[in-house]
Amino acid sequence: MYLYSLTLQQATGIICAINGNFSGGKTQEIAVARGKILDLLRPDENGKIQTIHSVEVFGAIRSLAQFRLTGAQKDYIVVGSDSGRIVILEYNKEKNVFDKVHQETFGKSGCRRIVPGQYLAVDPKGRAVMIGACEKQKLVYVLNRDTTARLTISSPLEAHKSHTICYSLCGVDCGFDNPIFAAIELDYSEADQDPTGQAASEAQKHLTFYELDLGLNHVSRKWSEPVDNGANMLVTVPGGADGPSGVLVCAENFVIYKNQGHPDVRAVIPRRTDLPAERGVLVVSAAVHKQKAMFFFLIQTEYGDVFKVTLDHDGDHVSELKIKYFDTIPVASSICVLKLGFLFSASEFGNHGLYQFQAIGEEPDVESSSSNLMETEEGFQPVFFQPRRLKNLVRIDQVESLMPLMDMKVLNLFEEETPQIFSLCGRGPRSSLRILRPGLAITEMAVSQLPGQPSAVWTVKKNVSDEFDAYIVVSFTNATLVLSIGETVEEVNDSGFLDTTPSLAVSLIGDDSLMQVHPNGIRHIREDGRINEWRTPGKRSIVKVGYNRLQVVIALSGGELIYFEADMTGQLMEVEKHEMSGDLACLDIAPVPEGRQRSRFLAVGSYDNTVRILSLDPDDCLQILSVQSVSSAPESLLFLEVQASIGGEDGADHPANLFLNSGLQNGVLFRTVVDMVTGQLSDSRSRFLGLKPPKLFSISVRGRSAMLCLSSRPWLGYIHRGHFHLTPLSYETLEFAAPFSSDQCAEGVVSVAGDALRIFMIDRLGETFNETVVPLRYTPRKFVLQPKRKLLVIIESDQGAFTAEEREAARKECFEAGGVGENGNGNADQMENGADDEDKEDPLSDEQYGYPKAESEKWVSCIRVLDPKTATTTCLLELQDNEAAYSVCTVNFHDKEYGTLLAVGTVKGMQFWPKKNLVTGFIHIYRFVEEGKSLELLHKTQVEGVPLALCQFQGRLLAGIGPVLRLYDLGKKRLLRKCENKLFPNTIISIQTYRDRIYVGDIQESFHYCKYRRDENQLYIFADDCVPRWLTASHHVDFDTMAGADKFGNVYFVRLPQDLSEEIEEDPTGGKIKWEQGKLNGAPNKVDEIVQFHVGDVVTCLQKASMIPGGSESIMYGTVMGSIGALHAFTSRDDVDFFSHLEMHMRQEYPPLCGRDHMAYRSAYFPVKDVIDGDLCEQFPTLPMDLQRKIADELDRTPAEILKKLEDARNKII
Amino acid sequence: MQASDRFNINSQLEHLQAKYVGTGHADLSRFEWAVNIQRDSYASYIGHYPMLSYFAIAENESIGRERYNFMQKMLLPCGLPPEREEE
Repeated sequence: MYLYSLTLQQATGIICAINGNFSGGKTQEIAVARGKILDLLRPDENGKIQTIHSVEVFGAIRSLAQFRLTGAQKDYIVVGSDSGRIVILEYNKEKNVFDKVHQETFGKSGCRRIVPGQYLAVDPKGRAVMIGACEKQKLVYVLNRDTTARLTISSPLEAHKSHTICYSLCGVDCGFDNPIFAAIELDYSEADQDPTGQAASEAQKHLTFYELDLGLNHVSRKWSEPVDNGANMLVTVPGGADGPSGVLVCAENFVIYKNQGHPDVRAVIPRRTDLPAERGVLVVSAAVHKQKAMFFFLIQTEYGDVFKVTLDHDGDHVSELKIKYFDTIPVASSICVLKLGFLFSASEFGNHGLYQFQAIGEEPDVESSSSNLMETEEGFQPVFFQPRRLKNLVRIDQVESLMPLMDMKVLNLFEEETPQIFSLCGRGPRSSLRILRPGLAITEMAVSQLPGQPSAVWTVKKNVSDEFDAYIVVSFTNATLVLSIGETVEEVNDSGFLDTTPSLAVSLIGDDSLMQVHPNGIRHIREDGRINEWRTPGKRSIVKVGYNRLQVVIALSGGELIYFEADMTGQLMEVEKHEMSGDLACLDIAPVPEGRQRSRFLAVGSYDNTVRILSLDPDDCLQILSVQSVSSAPESLLFLEVQASIGGEDGADHPANLFLNSGLQNGVLFRTVVDMVTGQLSDSRSRFLGLKPPKLFSISVRGRSAMLCLSSRPWLGYIHRGHFHLTPLSYETLEFAAPFSSDQCAEGVVSVAGDALRIFMIDRLGETFNETVVPLRYTPRKFVLQPKRKLLVIIESDQGAFTAEEREAARKECFEAGGVGENGNGNADQMENGADDEDKEDPLSDEQYGYPKAESEKWVSCIRVLDPKTATTTCLLELQDNEAAYSVCTVNFHDKEYGTLLAVGTVKGMQFWPKKNLVTGFIHIYRFVEEGKSLELLHKTQVEGVPLALCQFQGRLLAGIGPVLRLYDLGKKRLLRKCENKLFPNTIISIQTYRDRIYVGDIQESFHYCKYRRDENQLYIFADDCVPRWLTASHHVDFDTMAGADKFGNVYFVRLPQDLSEEIEEDPTGGKIKWEQGKLNGAPNKVDEIVQFHVGDVVTCLQKASMIPGGSESIMYGTVMGSIGALHAFTSRDDVDFFSHLEMHMRQEYPPLCGRDHMAYRSAYFPVKDVIDGDLCEQFPTLPMDLQRKIADELDRTPAEILKKLEDARNKII
Repeated sequence: MQASDRFNINSQLEHLQAKYVGTGHADLSRFEWAVNIQRDSYASYIGHYPMLSYFAIAENESIGRERYNFMQKMLLPCGLPPEREEE
């Protein structure tokens, strides 16, 4: 089995973000690392985050830093990754790519303890960069310019210190003196040797300054001084003319200003009043904002509170450090302050936010200062504050993030054409169920009812130079309605259009006149109001029409074609007639090429299943140039011209191309390349769009021509970053559409469906899914489907949080204490809590502020029944007494008294550490009542361990309780033990069954295949895996095969060899005798690993599903970083050959951007086996043209054929 | 095998041990070995952000706090060293 791996939704979480002027000039961009993806984002004029560029680097990015050479206008990006190399990137605005400027190897690849890559620090003047590891190694590279102003990099200078752990690195701003880097270090060598523990308790963190002597080209430890033992982060303080230089040391509960030869200035970080005393306050992200005359820092704590830190200084002397409460936003992995007054917050979990500054915290607020620091016997006196609503920031945009994706199911609960992905995302108060549908999201601008059922709609401008459309023309079966577009859209009668007849086409002709084609003729309305009417000869009527701005072709009933052209004066002149063999199904003329008189091609579709290209040149007018036969009669034709591109904002370069698209009656879209000189047709691709014949319309998206296809659902065909995408729109079935452009909506679409006129806009391009969000209460763990009623049962649990009642009580208390003044009256200026409607009245939404922290042994949990159709919770059971739910399944017991029951595994007072602590688990059995909408507890059975896995099996319940697999039957008062097997190595985390086989996943030891013998009432393991795999997800693929994913980011398949499987099935003892012998301390038989692939991200859920109606199934997976991918099995050997060769050439010709070898990355833990990386193959169109041709030659194909193959491979999956 | 060779191998080993932290030697104790493994594991958790997030979700802590905790644990990953036996 060979698989094609494709990422459907790229990772949405962010590891780190930096801001700078990467494209040069004034605009500021944000570079974000999303694990293996490097993105460049930019807030546009409307304050929406746009992705400018995105590249997969096939390596783990761990840190990013930006630097600028003195006097330059542009920032470079330094990347610290797992490649053992330092990589410097420059964003190339013209080609829209990252250019690798330098790549220097310094160590082994992989995320290792002593190989640098974890930390990056740059000299604020851009003269040197330091790259550090968790332990020992630090390297300094000197950056300079050569004579042609290109960036140069030196060989590395070592600043190693063995037995030393490094917590943080930063550059020290010391103007143009020798560059200095600061590090928080901890020496462990003595603690390792001292059995009394004295050395360990005395181990002291040090702040060390490393000086790079540019003259001697040497790095030395310049200064080292003990620092608070809770120190975890360093922030550069502006120096030189801008500030006092030195660093801010962020430690647990404190911020300390330190510099060489300067006394420490220390202030406490204010604490939330409700924080348990045992917990510290740790800074997790920081940003500095520098203006001409001032600077300040924003630091964010692990609870999401943002503080403004200011320094009072006089020259180099800092007299006071102040920490003032600023605002509270969700906890971020990085925050970036942009020059335009934006704050970008890359949330750790959940959606990222773009905020605008309303103020910079000048108003009085809770503040702690170094000057009033009080030291008591118990340490420093804390300062308390209460979080309040946003005062200084206002959120203006958010970027969706699925991180962390906890569980996922592909189901078609809404009975739509394609299944939906139900995913559990987020954590704590920001948890949600997100329903993902493949397709682009749209924004509906207006819907208005029309008198009757419209059949078609057009928009026209009055003049070719107009920016906006003047009229919307709607045709009915016996009338035409004209609406004028202005402030409002209203009906007009003075447009000159004939309103007593249906219309076939309405368009602008020439520069400033309008044309209406109706069944009996052509009405030509001149700019001054004169009307020319051309009537059809005899009783024949016009059936089809094709037109562009200068040419019109009509088809009369019977099959006669008449061709008109607009002459220099704007008059419409008949040019040529041609009798075709029969009635015509559809017509289209290509748009007039820039600077030409006319378009050369007319496409004609006939009912004899052919499409012909006819010439419109005067010399061979209406002569057939080429013929194509198609599988069914064409319904609609459209020429789509793709402008030549040399990269730029829209990605790869490609030559100009003309495509002929045909929508066929059988619902297939046929796309063919038209040779722009000869009109020959070649390279056709087809795709099934829906049950209705697709109607094609040309619209414009982002200033480029795109194609709207209306079948049983609407699709958009467009070019994005060099790829042609054909993506469904998440909207209703439409009948007819036209581009629409007005004051309010520059690029919209007007369409008719039923008796309504709809105007909508297409949102962000390039996205695979659009989502609907249903908020949840706690971190969702798992969910199951109640199959009969199509309801979802979700279990949610959180550690260290208070139950809803406790929170409510605490909140009341807090408001009563705080009075209405500060928090209560703010309801009017509601903001922030987004989709969460039920909290609208809530002055402090948990979604933003997080739940108050409780002691770590406290758990809260709930079981929720949710109706996905209405997105309402029909039942929510909050578990009491510190119980938390871990597993859930539906079960039908033998005696059908209750029908489908719900089993939930819970634990009371769960503690991860120490492991030996005995915990009490329970299995709750619930009955569905009120048509499944509610739950009623039948009984609760105590078990002696953690029930992490539950599964129905032959009318009984299988439970994995710690290392024990046990079979239960339903009793009146409790579950009854029937049979058990205690021989599993660690903890059972998944159980799947098929016939009499049971597939058990162990948390640490991969899969165990078991059998149940009813006659002997025995459970026994007959096969297992010989590789220790820390399972995080598993899925049953077929009788012998399991798919699994481990904690280190690998996906693998194991299969029981065919002969073994047969032997076991045929053996009357079912392999039992053999089982008693065992092998390698395990089962007698071992499964084979047949597929292995390193995804590079912890996979949390696996499922076999098909995203296209009637398509074959693939294995879909979701990851912690919020990405969704698929593994699709190849069906032919040829495809395997082709793609493995393409992958090989791509590896050779286009090594990954951040220096990690592709093959080594995909084999990071185990050698990759039988999986072809589609993400690498799909980078083919982004290669330069000559490289594309070179690879294509080696594969004996043309680049176009390769593109087609790639498209086909993707279309099989989604 | 000649004496000079042995010296050679030893010196090579010493070089490796100095260069690569965690390279073992013949007299490595169980404790030292475990300490190395643990430190390597923590460094790997810190380096692989998805794994760090995975732990953070399990413990309901922020990722930043989780990273800090792991760094702190690198000091004494296996508790205090055992008493050295006098030879």
